[in-house]
Amino acid sequence: MSEKLKFAFYWAASCGGCEIAVLDINEKILDVVAKVDIVFWPVAMDFKYKDVEAMPDKYIDVCFFNGAIRTEEQEYMAKLLRQKAKYLVAFGSCACDGGVVGLGNLWNRETIFERVYFETPSTKNPELVTPKTSFTIKEGKLELPEFYDTVKTLAQTVDVDYFLSGCPPPVPLILQAVEAIFENKLPPKGSVLMPNKSICDECPREKKDKKLTEIKRIYEIEDDEKTCFWDQGVVCMGPATRAGCDAQCPNANMPCTGCNGPGPRVTDQGAAIVSALASIATDPTVINQAVDPMGTFYKYSLAHSILRRKVVKK
Amino acid sequence: MKEIVINPATRLEGHGKITILLNDEGNVENAYLQIPELRGFERFCEGRRAEDLPIITTRICGVCPVAHHMAGAKACDAAFNVEPTETAKKLRELEYCGYFIYDHILHFYFLGGPDFVVGPDAPPAKRNVLGVIEKVGLEIGKEVIKHRAYGQRITAIIGGRATHPVTALPGGMAKALSEEERQEIEKMVRSCVEFAKFSLKLFDDIVLKNMDYVNLIKSEPYTLRTYYMGTVDKTNKVNFYDGDVRVVDTQGNEFVKFAPSEYLDVIEEHVEPWTYVKLPYLKELGWKGLVDGQESGIYRVGPLGRLNVADGMATPLAQTEYERMYKTLGGKPVHATLAFHWARLIELMYAAERALELVTDPGITRKDIRNKPGKPGEGVGIVEAARGTLIHHYILDEKALAKKVNLVVATTHNAPGICMSIRNAAKGLIHNGNVNDGLLNKVEMAFRAYDPCFACATHFAIGEMPLEVEIYNHEKRLLEKVRRGGIQDE
Repeated sequence: MSEKLKFAFYWAASCGGCEIAVLDINEKILDVVAKVDIVFWPVAMDFKYKDVEAMPDKYIDVCFFNGAIRTEEQEYMAKLLRQKAKYLVAFGSCACDGGVVGLGNLWNRETIFERVYFETPSTKNPELVTPKTSFTIKEGKLELPEFYDTVKTLAQTVDVDYFLSGCPPPVPLILQAVEAIFENKLPPKGSVLMPNKSICDECPREKKDKKLTEIKRIYEIEDDEKTCFWDQGVVCMGPATRAGCDAQCPNANMPCTGCNGPGPRVTDQGAAIVSALASIATDPTVINQAVDPMGTFYKYSLAHSILRRKVVKK
Repeated sequence: MKEIVINPATRLEGHGKITILLNDEGNVENAYLQIPELRGFERFCEGRRAEDLPIITTRICGVCPVAHHMAGAKACDAAFNVEPTETAKKLRELEYCGYFIYDHILHFYFLGGPDFVVGPDAPPAKRNVLGVIEKVGLEIGKEVIKHRAYGQRITAIIGGRATHPVTALPGGMAKALSEEERQEIEKMVRSCVEFAKFSLKLFDDIVLKNMDYVNLIKSEPYTLRTYYMGTVDKTNKVNFYDGDVRVVDTQGNEFVKFAPSEYLDVIEEHVEPWTYVKLPYLKELGWKGLVDGQESGIYRVGPLGRLNVADGMATPLAQTEYERMYKTLGGKPVHATLAFHWARLIELMYAAERALELVTDPGITRKDIRNKPGKPGEGVGIVEAARGTLIHHYILDEKALAKKVNLVVATTHNAPGICMSIRNAAKGLIHNGNVNDGLLNKVEMAFRAYDPCFACATHFAIGEMPLEVEIYNHEKRLLEKVRRGGIQDE
């Protein structure tokens, strides 16, 4: 390789965990930096949007994009980076599926503002002040970006080449993806850079395929630490969720909550799990015992799902 | 009127933007810290299963997920009226110490420390972790990486995952600690105690033996006379995981001490139209605007806040350092914002020492890790996040789904203080419109001391805050642009 590869990192509506995951490759990051020029990384480097705007198209080899799209600025940056990068990787649950932030699609801007700025018990706001996109103070004008009613995934905004989900993405998979880039062994466009199996395939818990007679909450059972959560009556997202983390939550005695996104051949994570539950339930009413289906079945994928959002009546 | 916009576009439960407004003489008229993002957790947590709240709320911040996980678990304990077993409490606290070790190392070596180790006026290209490594040597650089990773590893062992842990449940923990895991943690923690000693000695050699730095720490632009808040144990020693919350006034006298369930009697939040973040204050004193002093309800949290409210540290080495800090800086409370850095290292010492106590406790590997939850109701959980007091308040319905959720997070408590520190630093340092890189960095140092969750992670590789200052005249025409490395004409 005569010339160093050019990487870019960008974050939109996210928590910072994806950046920590990159840092968690520990001393190996020194090897990566030796082979790569990082040409844009707003949290770490003094490059600004206009520097990206000035780049020729396809100047960046690979752009890792984490976070969902919730504001106009994030949408603009997604479009800009798409234009400037040869490969655009949706990095982490929020970019791939909307993530936890996507649960915001059960409400809209107005109802979120009401809760945060009016209702919360510690807030004292008799004049019902809310933040404004432009506000005049005596010394001048202060501006804030506006956010959209609906959270979108990266692929709902621009064309995406690869997907690497997880909240955050598992460190071995990050290293694998970087290795594939270095060796020029990237799979076909649109691939998910994760194993083509489900969490159940890497979960050590024993499956007895019992019929489901009752749905229980994790804190209600005496977990035997060996048996499949489904056999213990607890909803686990494993069957509908892509592998790649070595089933880390079931290994820590907690059910999978689905952060790696839909598994292979699954388009809608929530629909897949409901259909799986229905197929083993002894009675249709058993499914009704699943409280909060939205938060349980679509915790990370509401924005990406067939449902996408709730219609909020004015 | 000129306007300076510092738009580093960095993360703090979202992004941060600083606007400094100059008058016609080029002196600072006012300064604002704006948080230009909101994600609305307090709304979309409604309707969720109680046991999911400690998992969903970790996604507020990927840098300090353990704090949200524990505050959430404790709010659930309270809401289900269940006391976790002693073993579970020890495990949670041990995991919590691991988180402090990782987080405080990150801030000192990657974010705040470079200003002192390399120097506030050093060339920007050196003022980063690589500059630190250059100064202290590659071997020590590797030690920094190793011990940060140890902190993450401790969380991964007990919490199931390094980032966004999952094992804290209403009533306790889902996973016990095996003897093999215990031994691994003990080895790491012993090493962390030594590393904390090293870090304090480094601070001593480089900062405290340099009178210029000591004077800088004590100087007026970096001083703010506020109230302080932090969690203390029964003997009023600093505690990260559990206790009552104590508030002291600007003189260091106890103003109030309250149980988590009483937080609404003490704290209120004010809304301003120019920022998405709410501005908390002490309810009894009321919102007086962005002013410090005994009459103002503004208080500060975080490492310096905790040390200021406490009567000392519960472990011996940390206690020695605690006494030395107050002796050096002239007694309690310390109002010098830059002393947050010193306080952070003393807490690193405490976290390592406390972790060693816990991991060598014979009860830590017991299997009684959960008590049965009672009926769902209302509960408040408070922990000290690395950046300060963190409050989760849940009201559950009869199905144990969240009816209402209120969150007051660490950096939010400090938002008024950060805004004033920036204003004071800017007023003290920027005169007659003169702005250069060194001055900007010194303005930055005013907020960096608080460690406001800014992009810690990525500072590792490259290590410089992106900073661009645009100076506008009163017609909003861009006059000049200052960037790292000097002034460029537009």
